[in-house]
Amino acid sequence: MKFLHLIWCNLKRKKLRTSLTLLSIVVAFVLFGFLSAIQQALVGGVGMAGADRLIVRQKVSIINLLPVSYEARMDRIPGVDFSTHQTWFGGVYQDPKNFFMQNPVEPEKFLKMHPEFILPPEQMKAWLATRTGAIVGRRTAERFHWKIGDKVPIQSPIWAKEDGSRTWEFDIVGIYDGKDKGTDTTALFFRYDYFDEARANVKGQVGWFTIRIKDPSQAAAVAKQVDAEFENSPAETKTEPEGAFIQAWARQIGNIVLIVSSILGMVFFTILLVAGNTMAQAVRERTGELGVLKAIGFTNGQIVSLVLAESCLLTVLGGTLGLGLAWTVISRGDPTGGLLPLFFFPTRDLLIGFGISIALGFVTGIFPALQAMRLRVADALRRM
Amino acid sequence: MAGPINWFSQIASVTKFGLMSLPQRRGAVAATVIGIAGVVAVLVGVLSIAAGFKQAMTVSGSPDGAIVLRSGADSEMVSGLDRDATRVIADAPGLARTAQGPLASAELFVIIDLPKRSTGTDANVPLRGVEAAALQVRDNLKIIQGRMFDWGKDEVIVGAGAAQEFSGLDVGSKIQVGRYEWPVVGIFSANGGVSESEIWSDAKVLQAAYNRGDSFQSVSVRLNSPAAFEAFKDSLTSNPQLSVKVSRQSDYYAEQSEVITRLITTLGFLIAFLMAVGAVFGALNTMYSAVAARTREIATLRALGFGGGAVVVSLMLESLLLALVGGVIGGGLAYLAFNNFHTSTMNWQSFSQITFAFRVTLELLARGVAWAAAIGLIGGLFPAIRAARLPIAAALREL
Repeated sequence: MKFLHLIWCNLKRKKLRTSLTLLSIVVAFVLFGFLSAIQQALVGGVGMAGADRLIVRQKVSIINLLPVSYEARMDRIPGVDFSTHQTWFGGVYQDPKNFFMQNPVEPEKFLKMHPEFILPPEQMKAWLATRTGAIVGRRTAERFHWKIGDKVPIQSPIWAKEDGSRTWEFDIVGIYDGKDKGTDTTALFFRYDYFDEARANVKGQVGWFTIRIKDPSQAAAVAKQVDAEFENSPAETKTEPEGAFIQAWARQIGNIVLIVSSILGMVFFTILLVAGNTMAQAVRERTGELGVLKAIGFTNGQIVSLVLAESCLLTVLGGTLGLGLAWTVISRGDPTGGLLPLFFFPTRDLLIGFGISIALGFVTGIFPALQAMRLRVADALRRM
Repeated sequence: MAGPINWFSQIASVTKFGLMSLPQRRGAVAATVIGIAGVVAVLVGVLSIAAGFKQAMTVSGSPDGAIVLRSGADSEMVSGLDRDATRVIADAPGLARTAQGPLASAELFVIIDLPKRSTGTDANVPLRGVEAAALQVRDNLKIIQGRMFDWGKDEVIVGAGAAQEFSGLDVGSKIQVGRYEWPVVGIFSANGGVSESEIWSDAKVLQAAYNRGDSFQSVSVRLNSPAAFEAFKDSLTSNPQLSVKVSRQSDYYAEQSEVITRLITTLGFLIAFLMAVGAVFGALNTMYSAVAARTREIATLRALGFGGGAVVVSLMLESLLLALVGGVIGGGLAYLAFNNFHTSTMNWQSFSQITFAFRVTLELLARGVAWAAAIGLIGGLFPAIRAARLPIAAALREL
């Protein structure tokens, strides 16, 4: 520790170069932060899937509906705890750009199925008491400044009401939170009984079912049984674990995600390479001085740690600043306005970033440090 | 007095010295060039995704094409039109006609699950039921393998993009739609347009398979001329029997691609901007070390009577040159890596897959090189000013 001052003076010697190097490291780590947030936004849902949940959809395509009566038939299949359904409402609030999901659900079963959504009990009561009631996630509520008691009109291009109107008005009776920050709290949920009664056609048809199974290790067997139950009916089903379902959705977006992230990865390492090169150069320039230090009795170990400490100090400082900056910017939310509901900086990636900054300091410092260690004092002094 | 000429020759000689000393600063120079090449490659690469997507959408819309949906519907998926409505639309003024009748195709649009070749997971592949005029209301549609399906038969043709991206769509294979099995009899191309992502069947066959009775989702038409659009639109929107939304094909496709283009360009610019900032720091470092290494040289030149301006300009030229080299390398890399790279993604508006190829256009390359030049100029400016301001006597004393 007593050499901290020496290290600090070495960094200060060329203030401009040090600060430029520092800044490029900061930029690299800001980029790293965005990279993980984008990754999280596009494929992060998979990790949030419940291991004990299966999704049942129509076999030809998810846009084809299933009869609501399937629910009771599924509940009778051994291994099934209970099931419930949702339907894609696809409504528009004010402007199509304000995208968020709204689905009709069975309130009690829905919240039992999805413990990741937390709704205060009195709001749950209000929902059960209000036919046109809807609950909305914290994020969307904040985005549109909705409060409990607000009436929210939503246009549905898909669903007309019996009177031909396409404007559905919901009473906000509750605002739910996510169990952790990986939970998507952008969706609005409203009551299926109201929906089914009010819609003009295809009454009794729903979008997809979620099944809770008793034993997650039996997922494949139960899924098979469910599909067998409805085989050769007009609406055959395809059942898969929720994780696989979400993953298939993420893969629909395709390898664009992969391409963008590999580009970003490349960039990150290019910037680090450039910064590392500059740092190594700064140490090489001081060969003579290191020789002097050795001449006055510094051990090899001390020289190596001195050089390593200097490079690590710089990268960790840059890394911390960059990650902090990324954290601040990312916490302000999704830059695309609603397209990426899960846009946040996962703690795990924050730690990885920090680890990379230490590793970077080590890698850039180690070669010049070893060189300095092997240096013969006489040679070094001659270079002065 | 030959002032300007003298000034230019000063710049030329200082620049020449600078360039000749590049090999001695290999490491730093390479770092700058690589850094800038990286920025340009990333910028061009990411934007080529958006450009390719946009291109697929643009070639799909011909100037005299229009599409009619139910009013309030923002995509074919959620639209619906009954037989009477499609008849009224086909009789509207301004439609192009052939001996077989007006060029209007009433269509159905659904999706079916097919596995992606690359991952094996299910994807929403669009399946369109068309009428006979469909081939004429769209531009550049050609059967490139096999044959057209027979009208009224359970057969389908497949777009070239879909055939490449999804399994089970080769000529001779069969697709399963509910309890039906439909053979693939041909593959068609549409000049890279959206139709290439689709599977086509006879609308009547699809209606029967989906219990749609005699209803449709959209009508695609070809007009007499692009100018006929307004009259066509007015006659339909003012008709009390109908409640429809009429769009030019080009506007419709632009609207359809909006979300994804916005997503890609926002992220792309954000990334490229951050990278550019990083590269500016890299360039600054290189040029500062270039100036530091040549302090004595520059001071000697100044002592000999070279002007400060000439030193600034020549150092900036040097930095610009390095940046341009980086830019060209980056653009070239992006072109090799990304141009014509085929992929597919989810188009959220139509809830279905769209296949397209990345496009590294000349405009994108030019933009990349312009960014490189800007980075070079910014990176060269401050070190150059510092060099010009060096007190000559002090610098010479460092000898």
